[in-house]
Amino acid sequence: MQKSLHIDPSKCTGCLQCEMACSYEHTGAINPSRSRIKVFDFEHEGRKVPYTCTQCADAWCMNACPVDAIVLDALTGAKVVKEANCVGCKVCTIACPFGTVNYLAEVGKVQKCDLCSGDPKCASACPTGAITYVDAEWTGLDRMRAWAARTNTAAVAA
Amino acid sequence: MGWNRKVLRVNLTAGTCTPEPLNMAWANDYLGSRGLASKYLVEEIDPKVDPLSPDNKMIMSTGPLTGTMASTGGRYTVVTKGALTNAIACSNSGGFFGAEMKFAGWDMIIFEGRSPRPVYLYVENDKAELRDATQLWGKTCWETEAAIKKSHQDPLIRVSSIGAAGENQVLFACIVNDLHRAAGRSGVGAVMGSKNLKAVALRGTRGFSGIKDFPAFLAATTAAKKVLAENAVTGQGLPKYGTQVLMNVINEIGALPTRNHRDVQFEEAGRISAEAMHEKRPTDGRTHLVSNAACFGCTIACGRISRIDETHFSVRNSPQYWGASGGLEYEAAWALGAANGVGDLEALQYANLLCNEHGMDPISFGATVGAAMELYDLGILSSEQIGLDARFGSAEALCKLAEMTARGEGFGRELGQGSARMCAKYGRPELSMSVKSQEFPAYDSRGIQGMGLTYATSNRGACHLRSYTVASEVLGIPVKTDPLVTEGKAELVKAFQDATGVFDAAGICVFTSFAWTLADVQPQVQAACDGDWSMDKLNEVGERIWNLERQFNLAAGFTAADDDLPPRLKTEAARTGPAKGLVNGIDKMRPEYYKVRGWDANGVPEKATLERLGL
Repeated sequence: MQKSLHIDPSKCTGCLQCEMACSYEHTGAINPSRSRIKVFDFEHEGRKVPYTCTQCADAWCMNACPVDAIVLDALTGAKVVKEANCVGCKVCTIACPFGTVNYLAEVGKVQKCDLCSGDPKCASACPTGAITYVDAEWTGLDRMRAWAARTNTAAVAA
Repeated sequence: MGWNRKVLRVNLTAGTCTPEPLNMAWANDYLGSRGLASKYLVEEIDPKVDPLSPDNKMIMSTGPLTGTMASTGGRYTVVTKGALTNAIACSNSGGFFGAEMKFAGWDMIIFEGRSPRPVYLYVENDKAELRDATQLWGKTCWETEAAIKKSHQDPLIRVSSIGAAGENQVLFACIVNDLHRAAGRSGVGAVMGSKNLKAVALRGTRGFSGIKDFPAFLAATTAAKKVLAENAVTGQGLPKYGTQVLMNVINEIGALPTRNHRDVQFEEAGRISAEAMHEKRPTDGRTHLVSNAACFGCTIACGRISRIDETHFSVRNSPQYWGASGGLEYEAAWALGAANGVGDLEALQYANLLCNEHGMDPISFGATVGAAMELYDLGILSSEQIGLDARFGSAEALCKLAEMTARGEGFGRELGQGSARMCAKYGRPELSMSVKSQEFPAYDSRGIQGMGLTYATSNRGACHLRSYTVASEVLGIPVKTDPLVTEGKAELVKAFQDATGVFDAAGICVFTSFAWTLADVQPQVQAACDGDWSMDKLNEVGERIWNLERQFNLAAGFTAADDDLPPRLKTEAARTGPAKGLVNGIDKMRPEYYKVRGWDANGVPEKATLERLGL
């Protein structure tokens, strides 16, 4: 089963535990500025929104890369940057419609979410369930269930 | 590890920024944040210094758990000699500023001297420089944060700043970070203003990699987060209702100070409670509360984000206040509300917004308004002197006085001196509800006896965050004690004071102590930091911090006579509620407390006590 990150912003409190977990996993330091998931704070609306790569099936970034440095992880469906191949041309950062591939000047390469090889640390660090890792084909399951629960049919014995 | 081992020393007189190694011997004795910064302050300034002179210093400090996965590990502390109190001041704030200091590679920033012109400190990792703030002077905390982010073209900068209150040396001015988090008490913002330091802007992209044993740390922090999630207060009450959940509880037990402590119950408490913030308003059909918000790393998320009623008289013509913003916490709702007899939630929110915007402590501001209203009620102050009809319960007066105090206009200038100085000026010093010139927070010590001892002996003046015995006396955490008796309170207060020192020094929020004891904190500190951090050691650190602060205050000129409550609380019995007929038994508890502390009858630590703590 392919899984996908599922984000429910209404549950996010903006604590940044996800950014800490992501950055530690990938850099060995607690460093939100290097996190591949970012929480945006829409201060005057009282809304916090975690945002990261959606792992497009036909990924703009992967198609745009001239040196094949972005490859498919067949196990997870993640589009993963092969750092050794990346030349830092930034074409993928332009190609991505969502802005979730980002250039790191320090190393001259790009970074993006790689789903932590199938165990995304942001999801396990989230204290409120705003970030979960679920069946990619059924990201709408909870919402369907909620609507289903609102039907007014009575339970009837056969 | 646990620390970056790096201190930034900023000499504002000379305009220099110099890195220096953290004194690790002191870190080993004081852990960090409140404890470690206090040690630096005590070593570096004369306790008798004028707090607003260049000879005072101001230290911003993180703890070893600041900027880590430890729940609530985002706190930082401002330590200085307090402008309001003349005692050692230590104001703690959440938000995101503290963690950013750690990520930039620093543990602590020490400010000394006074800049000849307004400046702000800009730190980007190793790079630290003072920049001209002439254009920022006069701007609000909100405008300052936006202007700094804009001028550096960097929305990810974290800012702590002062508003007009700090610039004008309102004695209860605070330092505001992340728009609505504040190092709130004792006038630390006035000290910052006296140094011509408008703001501190941080950007850290190095991150923190100083955890000693990361797998053990992750296991300890994960287990501790589970304790918070499964606790009724930290897992359910605080996220849903915020600290405001206390309003009705404290009112019912007859410990909600009302109209400058004339009463202990407020007839309109329900209108300004957490429950009221969840109700739909008749005017616009919206709830006052928009969402709850977390500070850095916090898995409790008690913060309130509120939206004021656009049709309310205070903001009808001021659309800049209509968006969601930091909302009322219990202390602010009490000080702006019950303390003045004001039951208009929207007026409280407006005054709270002004406190956040201009950098004022809402507790001391609200309580000072309460004292002014009593002086007005007694005919000592006239409406001509104040500039308006300042009767108890007037929402209009509260809103107008907040504007006047923030801007330093008219009678607002006198309010800006705090209640102790204002009441003394008008010949009624006993009407200031304060200890060491700092106003009481939201618990009446006639209904919660232990809080009387807490206030009287707090090293930073009246304060609930030095030993929150409400937890035990009201909520039964960790064990239930009777709020109406004095027996056993000396031991209780000492235990809370010492433990709280450790929570503060570690860089975590004291609200975790609704669920955590030191035994939950210890494994997190031990995994993060080099050295031995056993329970015994932590208890000793807490006691050492308390005695160090005490010694500073004694050297500053305080005596046992300052460990006292205003006469009202000792002679005027509570008129209603469970504490009806009771006064606070401070005179009975004080000598017991000194004994438990190992201090002599004058409140001076005995030689043996100091030697035991290595002081």
